Amino acid sequence: MKLTRQLTVPVDASCISPDLLVGKTNREIQTLELWEGNQKVQLCSMFDIDVNSDAPSNELKIRIHGDLKKVRRIGHGMTSGTIEAEGDVGMHLGEEMSGGQIVVHGNAGSWVGSRMEGGRISIHGNAGDFVGSAYRGSRFGMKGGIVVIEGNVGAEMGCWMKGGTIIVKGNSGAFPGIHMNDGTMLIEGDCEDRAGAQMTGGKIVILGTTPSILPSFSFDELREKVKVEEQKIHGPFYSFVGDVTETGKGRLFVKASSNPQLKWCEAFIQKPEE
Amino acid sequence: MSELLVSNGWVYDPLNRIDGERMDIAIRDGRVVDGVSASARIVDASGMVVMPGGVDIHSHIAGSKVNLGRMMRPEDHEKDVESRTSVMRAGVGRSIPSTFATGYRYARMGYTTVFEPATPPLKARHTHEELNDTPMVDKGCFPLFGNNWLIMDYLKDGRLDECAAYVSWMLKATKGYAIKLVNPGGVEAWGWGKYVSGLDEPVPKFDITPREIIRGLCKINTFLNLPHPIHVHTNDLARAGNYETTIKTMDCVRDLYHGGKPIIHITHVQFTGRSGTDWINVGSGAPEIADYVNKHEHAEIDLGQIIFTDTTTMTADGGFQFLLYMISGNKWGNTDVEAETGGGIVPFHYKKSNYVNCIQWGIGLELALMIEDPWRVHMTTDHPNAGPFTEYPRVIAWLMSKNARGNVERKLNKSAHRRLNVSSLDREYTFYEVAITTRAATAKSLGLKDKGHLGLGADGDVSVYAINPTTINPSRDYRLVRKALRKAAYTIKDGKVLVKNGEVVASVPGKTLWVSSDVPQDTYDQMLTNLKERFEDYYTMRMSNYPIGEDYLKASRRFETVAGQRI
Repeated sequence: MKLTRQLTVPVDASCISPDLLVGKTNREIQTLELWEGNQKVQLCSMFDIDVNSDAPSNELKIRIHGDLKKVRRIGHGMTSGTIEAEGDVGMHLGEEMSGGQIVVHGNAGSWVGSRMEGGRISIHGNAGDFVGSAYRGSRFGMKGGIVVIEGNVGAEMGCWMKGGTIIVKGNSGAFPGIHMNDGTMLIEGDCEDRAGAQMTGGKIVILGTTPSILPSFSFDELREKVKVEEQKIHGPFYSFVGDVTETGKGRLFVKASSNPQLKWCEAFIQKPEE
Repeated sequence: MSELLVSNGWVYDPLNRIDGERMDIAIRDGRVVDGVSASARIVDASGMVVMPGGVDIHSHIAGSKVNLGRMMRPEDHEKDVESRTSVMRAGVGRSIPSTFATGYRYARMGYTTVFEPATPPLKARHTHEELNDTPMVDKGCFPLFGNNWLIMDYLKDGRLDECAAYVSWMLKATKGYAIKLVNPGGVEAWGWGKYVSGLDEPVPKFDITPREIIRGLCKINTFLNLPHPIHVHTNDLARAGNYETTIKTMDCVRDLYHGGKPIIHITHVQFTGRSGTDWINVGSGAPEIADYVNKHEHAEIDLGQIIFTDTTTMTADGGFQFLLYMISGNKWGNTDVEAETGGGIVPFHYKKSNYVNCIQWGIGLELALMIEDPWRVHMTTDHPNAGPFTEYPRVIAWLMSKNARGNVERKLNKSAHRRLNVSSLDREYTFYEVAITTRAATAKSLGLKDKGHLGLGADGDVSVYAINPTTINPSRDYRLVRKALRKAAYTIKDGKVLVKNGEVVASVPGKTLWVSSDVPQDTYDQMLTNLKERFEDYYTMRMSNYPIGEDYLKASRRFETVAGQRI
């Protein structure tokens, strides 16, 4: 599919999902309806669609080209297949998805993988706020699957997260893992601040610099290595437990070599008696 | 002249002792009449149940705390979105629908009258703004009096005359319909970090007991000839063993009863009918309460039946809401309304796996099935506290069918189920009894002479459900009953068809009902002089800005009463 015109108002494209396109004829796909602002339009009025029906139907792959910044909810609730986007995509990418794969060669908006339950999202650019988080007000965030972001992400990543993995190769905004229950989060770059606020479980690993650790986290030990997915990352890491204001048992690992300002922790390490 | 004939339906009209007779209902200009001309519009109700329009006595549908609940729960809106149609406006919200959606959903279930039961007087203007925007139903609100500083002062000094004048002024100023008490004295105590347990502990700073507040307001209610008895949310709500407080509350006004209508309405008794001493051994106090209600005619109750679902609890009982917040760890909102009352909101999910929730479910149904007189037990879910009003058909199915109850019982928490009596109760409500508990009894209790029946001169509010009582066995086919009650075949209000086959086909604004009760002029003037001084001390607003004008209501319907000779 190729975007044929410039979009000026938001588009709700939850119909762009392999589950909804599978088994449909070319004509049916062309005439799928989606909302553009307050107007209902057909898919073909916006995209140039080329259907390759030779491909095996169980491996449905959607390729989208163009500037999709205004296009929201791509891959909503998908369970299988692949979506590949060349260019930037809008908000709510892969919302509530439970399987399949989304690859974006560009940047993504906010709410990537919000409430997702499985599958994989890879973003080669940056992502906005609320990656893998819950709907506003609700207590049910990402439950499973994996999100990999090569660039930077915004604030409140993994809000109310209950499972799965988020890996950020760049930097993260404030409050990663807020209200997090379970799951794993790896931030390879720097973190703006306040990681793991009100977390009750799960694991956050920060390899870059973070200005401070919340006072509601207690220092536990100096750890040599941490496991994320199948990969072992060598530290050493300062390991913290919190958030104690929520009687949480979450784990926060911050790499020692990139955070000299946290050296005070080492005073609490019990040295074996010589 | 508009005429309508609802023809050939099976009519259930308990106030006129009509139990499933096949007959026509004729409506001319919004009133039920003897007959209509041949040119009248005909609504064919053959093979269907015809009842008066539903009357809900207790449902939190409008006001500042309802709106705070809406603001706190965007996730509740996301679940349930209704688009606009040519006659309907758009709306959102499952447990706390927006005002327009509330009106449409009530109409779809065949309800035509709804009362908002807890309005902080200071925020009544907000309540009326929302009621103005709640279409399809006639509505009213009950202002809160149980923790009002002035009321407590008057009652403590024994100045009942002036207190009655103040209540009369307050009802007029807030355009209220009845006297509501929420945890009398307890909300005020909680404002000071204290707890008032039972009926005889004094309220801090006021030196008055809940018993005195309830008795005082009950006397005033009778003196003012208000159409509805005092509407009481008892003390110790949600605590284990609180059924004793509930019985004491009913019993504390027993000597004030001199025949006739009940003088005290205890609301959502499911929350206040618990036995036991702690959360781990909480049980059902429903048998004791039912026994008391069966033996005493001065008291009536409504259920507050819980539904196993995600909902939003909201009451004026700030202390209780804090307790719920501590239990659930959920988000929590709380307010203190100057010299009047308090309030709180906590979203809550009732689960079949939870011991206490299952006991709650049992208490509600035990009350409904053990109280013999359906005229004194009204079906509610205390919307949205125990479940959204849209689930009423589910409750009615439980009342009408032992099978429906059995299907839930199988999934209940086992230890809770062992402690309940529900499975031993064989009673099943008939359509006649359902018509009593959802319309006739509530209308009678509210003193609405034109509603809840289809006799001559009654309001032309009719609901028609596509279910044939002669061929169906509700006990076995409860799913069909539930389905029919969810979507009325027709809802007719003031002789106009608003809903057809469960779809809204026309929208009307609906009237706001309120009571103006006259007290002797000299007492009234004396009270006003006194009030003007104290208002300046107690409130952040000017007294002249406080009353709501009648023109503020989109469609006003005033009920006038005259006070009796003496209190």
